[in-house]
Amino acid sequence: MTGTEKTSKTVNVTDDSFSDDVLSSSTPVLVDFWATWCGPCKMVAPVLEEIAGERAGSLTVAKLDVDANPATARDFQVVSIPTMILFKGGEPVKRIVGAKGKAALLRELSDIV
Amino acid sequence: MTSQPKVHDVIVIGSGPAGYTAAVYAARAQLTPLVFEGTQFGGALMTTTEVENYPGFRDGITGPELMDQMREQALRFGADLRMEDVDEVSLDGPVKSVTVGDETYQARAVILAMGAAARHLGVPGEDKLLGMGVSTCATCDGFFFRDQDIAVVGGGDSAMEEATFLTRFARSVTLIHRRDEFRASRIMLERAKDNEKIRFLTNTQVTEIEGDNRVTGVRLRNGITGEESTLSVTGVFVAIGHDPRSELVRGQVELDSEGYVLVRDRTTSTSIEGVFAAGDLVDHIYRQAITAAGTGCSASIDAERWLAETASATTTSTEDIDLIGAQQ
Repeated sequence: MTGTEKTSKTVNVTDDSFSDDVLSSSTPVLVDFWATWCGPCKMVAPVLEEIAGERAGSLTVAKLDVDANPATARDFQVVSIPTMILFKGGEPVKRIVGAKGKAALLRELSDIV
Repeated sequence: MTSQPKVHDVIVIGSGPAGYTAAVYAARAQLTPLVFEGTQFGGALMTTTEVENYPGFRDGITGPELMDQMREQALRFGADLRMEDVDEVSLDGPVKSVTVGDETYQARAVILAMGAAARHLGVPGEDKLLGMGVSTCATCDGFFFRDQDIAVVGGGDSAMEEATFLTRFARSVTLIHRRDEFRASRIMLERAKDNEKIRFLTNTQVTEIEGDNRVTGVRLRNGITGEESTLSVTGVFVAIGHDPRSELVRGQVELDSEGYVLVRDRTTSTSIEGVFAAGDLVDHIYRQAITAAGTGCSASIDAERWLAETASATTTSTEDIDLIGAQQ
C-alpha cells in the first residue's frame, strides 16, 4: 500500500511549506507525521485518506514525512510516529499519538472539528 | 455497504498472519469472508524490523512488507477487508453477530484472530509520557533518538531485537531486565551482547518514568539489593511481552487464566460451536508469524468443514464420525 499516491485527498507538506499550508490555513489542518519505515503509519494512511475525502472543505488532512522534514517534527516535539496534530488558527489544539481507526479518530476530533 | 439482513458464511476478526491467512483460505474456498482488520491492522509484525525466519523469504522481509503481501493475497481472492475495530460480538446460537459502530453484521461462523497487545510496565509516568519518549515501537521511533542515551525494558527476543536495532541511532542503549536470565533466543541475545553500544542492567526493575513533557530518566530498583537509582535517558522502549486481546469475547468463549482463548485439542474450535480461534490469541507457547499463519489456515479449514457439516446436518444423519482428532 502506498497510500499517498493514487489520487490522494491528503496534501503533502514540508518544512518549507508548513507555515503557509498549515499555520496560515483558514480551515483546520490535521497533520500526520509519518515515515516510510513506520508500520503503524501505513495503518492510518488509508483511514486519513477517507477522512480527508469525507471532510473536504471543513478539514484539511496533511502529511509530513519526518525523515525529509525533521525541523517541523522537532519544533512540535514529535518523537513517536504516527503522531497526528490538529492545527486550528495556527495553533496545535489536539495531539493524537499512535495508529487509530476511523471511528476512534473521528471521536478524538469531534469536539474540535 | 449495509448488510443488515445478510448472513455471511464467515467473519474473521483480526489481521495479523493468523487473520489474513484465514482470510486467504476462506476466500479461496469461496466463503467471501468479511474481515474486520481493526485499527492495528497487520498485527504485531507491523512494528518489527526484519523477519528472518519466515520460510520462503531467504533474504528476510520486513514485518510491514510481509503483512502487506498477505493482505494483498487475501484481497486477490475476494476477501472483504474492513479497517474497523469490532465493538461487540454475540457468539451463541447458529447466527453470530458482530457489531462495529452502529452496524451489526451476521455470520454462521466466526474466526477470532485478534492477537495480543503489547504489555505496559504499569509504572507512574508511563502513560503520561507515551509518545513523548515512551515508545512501544522501536522501528517507528528510533529515528528520533539519534545520538541520545535510551533504555529498552525487557528480556525476550523483541527486547533484544529492539535494543540492537536502536543502536543504529542511539549513542547508548541500556537494556533493563528484572531477572538475570533471558527468555530471548541465544542468537538474539548474543547479537545484543556483542554490540558495544548495549549495556545490560539485570535484576533491575523500572519503578517510574520521569519527565514532564519529555522523558528525562527512569527510576530503578535493584531486585536483589533493593538499591534505588536514576538513569538519565531520553527514550524508554518497552518490550516486556504481550497479553491476548480477548476482552471482546470474555464471558462468551472459554479462556485460560491468562486470558488466552482455549481451543479443543489440536483443532481451532473454541467452546462455542461455529467459533474458531487462531494465532497469538490462542498461542502462548510459540508466538511466531509462521505458527500464527498456520493456525489461521487451520481455523479456516475448520470453519469451512463446520459450515458444510451444519448445512447438511438437517438432511443427513449424524453417522458422520470424521472427528479429525477432536474428541472431547
